[in-house]
Amino acid sequence: MSFASGYFKTSYRADLSLLETRSRWLFSTLLIIGLVCFPFFTSPFLLDLASQVYLSLIGALALMLLTGFAGQISLGHAGFIAVGAYVTAILFKELNAPIWVTLPASGLVGAVLGVIFGLPSLRLKGVYLALSTLAMHFIVTYMGAEYETRRGFATGIVIKPPSIGPFTIRDPLVWYFLLLAAAVIALLFSVNLVRSRSGRAWVAIRDREVVAEAIGVKVPFYKLSAFVTGAVMTSISGCLFAYYRGFVSVEAYSLFLTIQYVAMIIIGGLGTILGAVLGTIFVVLLPYTIDAVGRALEVPERLTTYMFAIQYASFGLVMIIFLVLEPGGLVAIWNRIRNYFILWPFKRRTLGG
Amino acid sequence: MQIVVNTIVLASLYSLIGCGFVLIYRASRVVNLAQGELMAMGGYFLFTVAMSLFKEPVPSFLVASAFSLGLGFMIYFFLMRFMAGESVFAAILTTIALGILLRGLITLIWTSQLWHPLEKMGITNGSHTLIKDAVISTFGIVTVLSAFLIYVALFLCLKFTRWGLRMQAVGENPLLASRRGIKLHNYYALSWGVAAFTGGFAGMIQSCDSILEPGMVAIGLKTFPVVLVGGLDSLIGVIPGAFIVAIAEVIAINYISPQASEAAPFIVLVAMLLIRPWGLFGTREELERV
Repeated sequence: MSFASGYFKTSYRADLSLLETRSRWLFSTLLIIGLVCFPFFTSPFLLDLASQVYLSLIGALALMLLTGFAGQISLGHAGFIAVGAYVTAILFKELNAPIWVTLPASGLVGAVLGVIFGLPSLRLKGVYLALSTLAMHFIVTYMGAEYETRRGFATGIVIKPPSIGPFTIRDPLVWYFLLLAAAVIALLFSVNLVRSRSGRAWVAIRDREVVAEAIGVKVPFYKLSAFVTGAVMTSISGCLFAYYRGFVSVEAYSLFLTIQYVAMIIIGGLGTILGAVLGTIFVVLLPYTIDAVGRALEVPERLTTYMFAIQYASFGLVMIIFLVLEPGGLVAIWNRIRNYFILWPFKRRTLGG
Repeated sequence: MQIVVNTIVLASLYSLIGCGFVLIYRASRVVNLAQGELMAMGGYFLFTVAMSLFKEPVPSFLVASAFSLGLGFMIYFFLMRFMAGESVFAAILTTIALGILLRGLITLIWTSQLWHPLEKMGITNGSHTLIKDAVISTFGIVTVLSAFLIYVALFLCLKFTRWGLRMQAVGENPLLASRRGIKLHNYYALSWGVAAFTGGFAGMIQSCDSILEPGMVAIGLKTFPVVLVGGLDSLIGVIPGAFIVAIAEVIAINYISPQASEAAPFIVLVAMLLIRPWGLFGTREELERV
């Protein structure tokens, strides 16, 4: 956290607190109140959109921990989501398992797969690691597709809404609060993890592996732990995703899903938790925004059939723009704007800000 | 016998796409994950040229090849030039984003309909019986022949021409090369141009051999196993890599299931990464460099 003017912590409690200033307390309280009140004043469409953001946020945070903090490139993120979804689907179809079985089971299988996905990282770096995780993605989705065809669910697996005891989660409003809670838990978990011993070890490995090893960081252990943490969080989000959509099909877990998650952390800004949040909101809302703009401009009927292609192309374009022009992502823009107002009326950039 | 012929044709196609990948990697250490899209673009160029400019196949192929080459140069000068010197991850992501952009543009311009460039050129894809009862299509032969010719040409160019030697120098040591007056950007652009051309050519043949549709880009994905098995920085390694992957795929189609053929190349890739991560012909130092 950097501030333009002097802000000094005078107690250990102040140093450990997540919200450092009074204005942050105020804004976070307002934000939470706003998010809790949001579903009561909105349309079902926006409610679904918000739920999607929360769902994706869990996965994006997981990828941010893995790539943004531990520096391990993964192009197999959709594979982890598919694992969570398929474990849920298979347990539901074969054993009729309830959600309190499938959710931990997804996490457990995710953890095992995280170790397997992570093992190549002990030996491989950069491009090689990226391609090995990509290979894992294809192997996982192949196994899912094979299960679908062998058991005769060629078009996909339908999952009933989850029920805990006599209570069935079907109402979008309940889903909204459930996913909001899940996203907040994931967020708090990530924020705290990053400033713990593991988080610092990950950052050390990301910045310079040799030095990290020299100062006593157990590099293999922390690399694997990064993969396991990321995988568990992602497959749990995959499980929730399967229940939320009520449908599991291999087409949903294509390479494009991985790219979307990677885009979230790139567009948001690598190496920051805030970046994962901003990036998720941006990427999830982008296609709908383009759609809305298209409708607002009253494009001719003929063009609406191209909407999907336009969304696709502009997604690539936005990614390129961020990679080339603003590698720091939305967080860098946010910091610039914030510093501008903090410094106003002075124009000089802050040192280290 | 038919399986052998299919494998050879498939391996030729993979080596055509894969050599562009290796060329770019050797020159600039950038892994081009948009190779499949470059390939599809070649097919669409051929279709457009055949539809609007020429009806004859040979000039159509030539003009479409020129377009592919130009596309490669444009990609470098308008996009990848800014990524020179950036981290490996950023460069990979840029190529992924480029791939998405190209795929979006393809569906935007040509729609996701199926096209048949052969009809536009007024020729048909004949089938020929080789020894015993193995059948090969005309464009299957073209694939094998052009893969052979392009490889011979590439080897000769890299070994004996000034441009080829300079491109190798740029790949070996960019700093030293630029000190000797070699314009780095031009040679990086050249590698992109040639890669777009070879990939695009593969796409043209493939679109003639079967059909032209945006789903073609999936073939490009399978070339990553090909080049990794052969060694990322080895041009000669692409050929055995292509054969190994093609054999795995054909076996998977024939003996397991068509779905398995999608995963087979990647299983080969994982096996290779576990046994010999730098590939059959790659240099071991490459592992440390990236």
